[in-house]
Amino acid sequence: MQSQKRHILFILLGFAVLLLFVLNISLGPVRIPTREVIESLMGGNASKETWQYIIINYRLPKAITAILAGMGLSVSGLLMQTLFRNPLAGPYVLGLTSGSSLGVAFVVLGAGLIPGFLGSLLLSSAGIIIASCLGSLLVMIAVLIVSQRLRDTMAILIVGLMFGSFTSAIVGVLTYYSTAEQLQKYSFWVLGNLGNLSWTSIGILSVSVFTGLLMAVFSIKPLNALLLGENYAKSLGLNYKKTQLVIIFATSILAGSITAFAGPIAFIGLAVPHIAKLTFNTSNHNILFWATLLIGAAVMLVCDILSQIPGSDITLPINAITSIIGAPVVIWLLLRKRKMLL
Amino acid sequence: MMETKILETQDISIGYTHSKSQNVVAQNISISLTRGKLISLIGANGIGKSTLLRTITGIQKPLLGNVLLNDKNISQYTTLELAQQLSLVLTEKLPPSSLTVFELIALGRQPYTNWLGQITADDSRQIHHAMEITETAHLAVKKYYELSDGQLQKVLVARAIAQDTPLIVLDEPTTHLDLQNKVGLFKLLKKLAHESGKAILFSTHDIDMAIQLSDEMILMASGNVIQDTPEKLISINVFDNLFENDSITFDRDKVKFVFKNL
Repeated sequence: MQSQKRHILFILLGFAVLLLFVLNISLGPVRIPTREVIESLMGGNASKETWQYIIINYRLPKAITAILAGMGLSVSGLLMQTLFRNPLAGPYVLGLTSGSSLGVAFVVLGAGLIPGFLGSLLLSSAGIIIASCLGSLLVMIAVLIVSQRLRDTMAILIVGLMFGSFTSAIVGVLTYYSTAEQLQKYSFWVLGNLGNLSWTSIGILSVSVFTGLLMAVFSIKPLNALLLGENYAKSLGLNYKKTQLVIIFATSILAGSITAFAGPIAFIGLAVPHIAKLTFNTSNHNILFWATLLIGAAVMLVCDILSQIPGSDITLPINAITSIIGAPVVIWLLLRKRKMLL
Repeated sequence: MMETKILETQDISIGYTHSKSQNVVAQNISISLTRGKLISLIGANGIGKSTLLRTITGIQKPLLGNVLLNDKNISQYTTLELAQQLSLVLTEKLPPSSLTVFELIALGRQPYTNWLGQITADDSRQIHHAMEITETAHLAVKKYYELSDGQLQKVLVARAIAQDTPLIVLDEPTTHLDLQNKVGLFKLLKKLAHESGKAILFSTHDIDMAIQLSDEMILMASGNVIQDTPEKLISINVFDNLFENDSITFDRDKVKFVFKNL
């Protein structure tokens, strides 16, 4: 009975993602009829050449980026919540996103300080991704060390907060030394943008996200053991150091690569795992992983649809939308009578 | 049941190493755990019971000497090999999650499941067996946080049984339980040791009950550690020195601790 209900939920979620995917492509400043979108996605041609052009070069890449970002950030949040045994953990809250921003800021704003070839090498998309992943990796390791020193879950959140302030301070300092052009580039990146990705960039992003997700799949069993705490997990034969390492790399790659391409995106990583936990009423990662993946994709597609205010050609930054939706969700989760669970 | 030794220590010293200095908690400890026996570990607070348990379960190394599990040094086991020999019931609180009782007990099968942790028919049989022995089958679909302390302790024991190890070590399993649940748990452990031939070691402060129900006792007092049957320990008057306090003495006829000067 229970598992039957879950199967139905999964099928419904799958359909929801598909529907939102088509809807996401069809909606925008130029409304393309759904039938034409489906026709075009199935390998045919839309009846207007401009529609075909918009779909292939703008809408489809954006929808795919939304799905990748939604899945990756949500799963990295799930991994962090269980690893730290802290229901409030997530890549944004714990400062991984800030770490990425710092990495990107150094490259975008600081590249001017390094003359010639090396500077331009850093500014390539590979340079930005590596800087971004390194930034989130550093913060993740720092948070982990703090979490082992202080077994206090709240202290970890404050460390995340500190990294946020630290980043904005460093960025503030860097802006003094950067040109207007660099500053504009960075400011634009900070707002977050799922569009404007070339197919090559999407290829790189997909490889990064799927690497991270694959590492997460291999962590499903250890994550379930960690639900009993570190000592029980070890007594069940878990190689704790290895598990920790895999999860650190998975979250850093996921948060780092997505932040590099789409800018800092808040709250998805924190909120989506909880939506999955509430919907499926379980802590079992065999279910939670896939649920988080699908809900993450769906939520991000919705946020992207909302960022294109229907009927106008204004596009709001994606980070604003996820914060407007995510912050109240998190506050509501905190205010519920029942404790937040892993 | 054959009397086979499963775990043994020879003159080990236990304690902690701080940068350069050593903090010795207890030394010259020689104990052995035999299959089919319920063994209790008693001693006053702070005497080093937890340190001893941590040492013989391989969580920390002895300062001196070796802990032998099946005649092999415990530090030579990988965590996975150890998980198939030794299961634990700890005092620490579980992190907040919505695991069901069934899922929690099923985690005991992790040393045997594949990389995804899938439960096979054999795993499922072991899980149901564990729930049957501990009489927790009716709780299977409940979330673990809905359980009473007594029920949760039984479920944690069931998880250890599902892990199917010849040795189970429990750290103060009766602490938060009322009298009825304490007796119930003691009886369960005794039945488990005698019927399935496991060696079961548990630390406890319920000394009266431990004297009545355990097959052997390991007694930690300042300076020395003695292991023997309860009857033998009573006959050599060791319980009188268990507490460094004149107002608690042991009454041999009643097999009970009595209080004076109250």
